[in-house]
Amino acid sequence: MATQDVTAGAQPEALRLRAERRRWGEDLIKGLLALCAVVSVLTTIGIIIALVVPSIEFFREVSVVDFFSGDRWAPLFKPASFGVQPLLVGTLVVTFWACVVCLPCGLGAAIYMSEYARPRARNILKPALETLAGIPTVVLGFFALTFVTPQLQRIGLDVGVFNVLSAGLAVGVLLIPVVASVSEDAMAAVPQDLRAGAYALGSTRLQVSTRIVVPAAISGIIASFVLAISRAIGETMIVLIAAGGIAQIAFDPRDQAQTMTAFIGATGIGDVPTGSIEYKTIFAVGLTLFVITFVMNMISIRLVRKYREIYE
Amino acid sequence: MSVPEALGRRSQGDRVRGTAFYVLLLVSVTIGFLLLGVLLVDVFRKGIGYVDLTLLNEPNSSDPNKAGAGPAIRGTIYMMILLLVFVVPIGVGTALYLEEYANRERWYNRLLEINIQNLAAVPSIVYGILGLAFLVRGIGLGQVLLAGALILTLLVLPTVIVASREAIRAVPDSIRQGAYALGATQWQVVWRQVLPAAIPGIATGSILALARAIGETAPLLLVGALTYVAVNPTLLGSFTALPVQIYQWIARPQEEFRILAAAGIIVLLAILLTMNAFAIWLRNHYQRRW
Amino acid sequence: MRTRQVPRVVLLLLALTVLALGAAGCGRVEDEDSADAPAATGESAPTEKLSGDVIADGSSTVGPLTIGAATAFREVQPDVNVEVGIRGTGGGFERFCAGETDISDASRPIDEEDEAPVCADAGIEYDDYYVAIDALTLIVNAENDWATCLTTEQLKTIWEPEAEGKITNWNQVDPSFPDEPLTLAGAGTDSGTFDYFTEQINGEEGASRTDYNASEDDNVTVQAVAGDKGALGYLGYTYYEENTDTLKALEIDGGGGCVAPSAETARDGTYAPLSRPLFIYVSTESLTTKPQVAGFVDYYLENVIALAEANQFIPVTEEDVTENLSTLQAQQG
Repeated sequence: MATQDVTAGAQPEALRLRAERRRWGEDLIKGLLALCAVVSVLTTIGIIIALVVPSIEFFREVSVVDFFSGDRWAPLFKPASFGVQPLLVGTLVVTFWACVVCLPCGLGAAIYMSEYARPRARNILKPALETLAGIPTVVLGFFALTFVTPQLQRIGLDVGVFNVLSAGLAVGVLLIPVVASVSEDAMAAVPQDLRAGAYALGSTRLQVSTRIVVPAAISGIIASFVLAISRAIGETMIVLIAAGGIAQIAFDPRDQAQTMTAFIGATGIGDVPTGSIEYKTIFAVGLTLFVITFVMNMISIRLVRKYREIYE
Repeated sequence: MSVPEALGRRSQGDRVRGTAFYVLLLVSVTIGFLLLGVLLVDVFRKGIGYVDLTLLNEPNSSDPNKAGAGPAIRGTIYMMILLLVFVVPIGVGTALYLEEYANRERWYNRLLEINIQNLAAVPSIVYGILGLAFLVRGIGLGQVLLAGALILTLLVLPTVIVASREAIRAVPDSIRQGAYALGATQWQVVWRQVLPAAIPGIATGSILALARAIGETAPLLLVGALTYVAVNPTLLGSFTALPVQIYQWIARPQEEFRILAAAGIIVLLAILLTMNAFAIWLRNHYQRRW
Repeated sequence: MRTRQVPRVVLLLLALTVLALGAAGCGRVEDEDSADAPAATGESAPTEKLSGDVIADGSSTVGPLTIGAATAFREVQPDVNVEVGIRGTGGGFERFCAGETDISDASRPIDEEDEAPVCADAGIEYDDYYVAIDALTLIVNAENDWATCLTTEQLKTIWEPEAEGKITNWNQVDPSFPDEPLTLAGAGTDSGTFDYFTEQINGEEGASRTDYNASEDDNVTVQAVAGDKGALGYLGYTYYEENTDTLKALEIDGGGGCVAPSAETARDGTYAPLSRPLFIYVSTESLTTKPQVAGFVDYYLENVIALAEANQFIPVTEEDVTENLSTLQAQQG
């Protein structure tokens, strides 16, 4: 430790607070922790390698054009056909019906929690939404198959035992909390001054909600929509249980269809031999799925950052 | 009409619209919960009769009266333990690195953060593909419990990292500065001041992440789901898990298997609820007010 | 949320769980006559205690029988772990010829051109044992009141590759049928049921339309047909037997009049062309080097008639059992 020479007239030495010896233990710790962080990087690299390498092999045998423009998905039959459009359409239709449920209900719940609810109600609602978000998807799939479908049949909708409507509705219920919480965060970030000013000018709560808060929070709200759509696209169990197994282009919600995720799930259980063309279809479809959800997530993150920047 | 009078009067149209909107909001709030409530009641009514010791102990069988989820429940519990061992150190380590050690200006640290955000949003089935390609086939681990646990670890890692970061960030800087002022090294500050203060938040986040992992089915389907497993799962042996077992029961057409599935769901939800309640209790009980 | 309230939530949970377990006393029907363990035949209990793994995989038609045997065997030899997968006859043979399984369940014989050489190359020797008969059943929804009998020509027009996208309504099959959309379900391409059906009905193994709900798991077919009034599917007889309340079996006219699938018609061959033998293939090496495999196969073959009846399969004859056992002896001796 540095000492000061306090004899009269001497110049005071600068106090050195840094440790005399470099503690290598500190560097070791930092290295170990950085190693932990590297795990997540390795995961991403692993996912990319796992998807891309077999896909390259796949696209050597099946042309990319055929894959995206073909409308017949029959990879396991002879003659095989590898047009992915039926799976894409299946995913699209399920996502559509999910959005029909989760976008309005989620946004409505968010507006309610942000503008209308008393603090006590909000304190109950928020954990309740978290609970809803925690329901395992296999449970919702069971619900879709054994409750929603029979009820839809009872009200005369003539849906098949497997149909995209039930699956879509169940996925929508799953995603209400996603839309609600992200939108609510966005609305909470809107400064109170804006609201206060509007109320002072005599606006009703309806007007403040719809004309002030929602437009102000719009990028966050859209981010929540995009996030929900991305999650709907990536959802597997509900569609695997309730949406059906025929890969067909069907826009009628009462029909069954197979989504990209359901195809991967169904084929993966069957455990096809490594190296076969069927095995590689898992990766080609998985890559398509990954790219779509990745792009949507990037958009959503951008939007969230934008709304945070405006107010912080 | 004077200004105060005009302001106090709402037009008829405004009032109607206002009420209608309010009702609309209430409807949208309650739809989700209503359906959830219906789901729970439906599952409960269907399955409660079958929640008994047979369900909890016996293995699966083609006779629904004898079938149980014993190995499945044990598989889920073993995986939970493995998850705890794997995901908490790595997740907390990453969070500590990002919060305490990393220089935010550096590009690689920013990339790390973006990477974690992306991973949190990757569909769970893609993690299954990752597991299939690298663990099951790649290094030839086969369809074993360890592979399932590793994949679930990667799946919930981003969640644990985010939760831990929040907990660590919540520790006021004054605590750190005070420790530094007394001559502590960075690790001493972290280990003796920051981490203990952040533990309740970390624990809560980890338990919630675990709860989510327990309910995951899709990755496990790809990493190994056997039809008929009669023995208790071992680390490097075939395994099954409760959500997978439930899925297999749902896939069978007989009504009794539907009831069994409902019973299995009750058990699963009970486990989840307990974990969630415990996490919330932890959060409330140990929450420090700075 | 106040701190005091939350522990109450946990208590409430515990209370509910206790209540539930208590209420659970009335629920499951404990069968007095357990359908799993067949009547013990004298010499079937081996004297030494066996342990280890027996891995079986393959046909989802045969699977339930092997699972039934495994469940019964567990009563006699609780330390032996028998695993049964159902990835389809084709998938089962792939694993079998890679040395990964001891037993391959098969609803068709091994393919001499494509599959047997793979086993030969890998040095896998095996024997096949005839364990049950199957009457491949065409099923419709229980509410289907217009179809009772279909000829094999009609089946061909429904299922052949050219029918894809075209035959979508029952009145296209027979003008007297009502205007009801036709949805199809059946076996996936890895399934022996698929191979057998396409060969018998469409004339060529593997030739089929592709726009139907295809799965190696026959339960999916049951679900699809049981839930759709206008559905038609094909699967192993056992799966129909287990679901007679929601399914109806069609009679098939293979040229000699309408015949309904049943144990008798399958045995005496009148249910043509859709009655077929079911096999298990056992690896000789597993048989001779793993005593638990030998013990399980021995038990399986000795009790195969009782097992078949217990699991709603059509059993083979006593002569078949004797033949199986002598082949087994020859392999082991």
